[in-house]
Amino acid sequence: MNELPLWATIPATVLLIASGIITLIGALGLLRFNRFYSRMHAMTLCNTMGVGTVLFASMLVSSAVERVPVIHELVIMLFLVLVSPISAILLMRAGVRRDPRRPVADD
Amino acid sequence: MTTVMQWAGAFALLCFALALIMATVRLLRGPTPQDQVLALDTMYVTGILIILVLGIEFGTAVYFDIAVLIALFGFIGAAALAKFLLRGEVIEP
Repeated sequence: MNELPLWATIPATVLLIASGIITLIGALGLLRFNRFYSRMHAMTLCNTMGVGTVLFASMLVSSAVERVPVIHELVIMLFLVLVSPISAILLMRAGVRRDPRRPVADD
Repeated sequence: MTTVMQWAGAFALLCFALALIMATVRLLRGPTPQDQVLALDTMYVTGILIILVLGIEFGTAVYFDIAVLIALFGFIGAAALAKFLLRGEVIEP
């Protein structure tokens, strides 16, 4: 990992720092918010954004190292973007179902 | 210039470790089971991020396969737990 070109190093650095800050904000929201729905909101948004930034930095660095465009990080990004809303929706429905303020169970 | 990026990676790893600690506190303290499943979700995504940043730092592509596997099995675990909380059983007859 020597002599990376400048056009890859600067965006990768900025993206790595942004990913750390975004993920930390999401986890702080998970820890500090007082309702389940607020926690879900903070965590899902910040996780998707943090994964996206890190994968873009990884694509930049490996493309600069190998000197050809490397896009196999897109696999995991596509998978997470497709799949993370599914588990979020399932979990949110479970939370709504188990909410004690819900009047009557309908099944 | 590479040193700058290594320091940025170290900063990102520090942030991810703090995020893991916060998710662990929520996992141990969560008032309801769905909060604990949410903390588990956060923890596996943060694990993926840590492994990807380590792959950038060491300059190898080996870590990428581990990240894909963690993403697959973490999603399966979180979806199964959410389905269990929703319906009372994971696989319905």
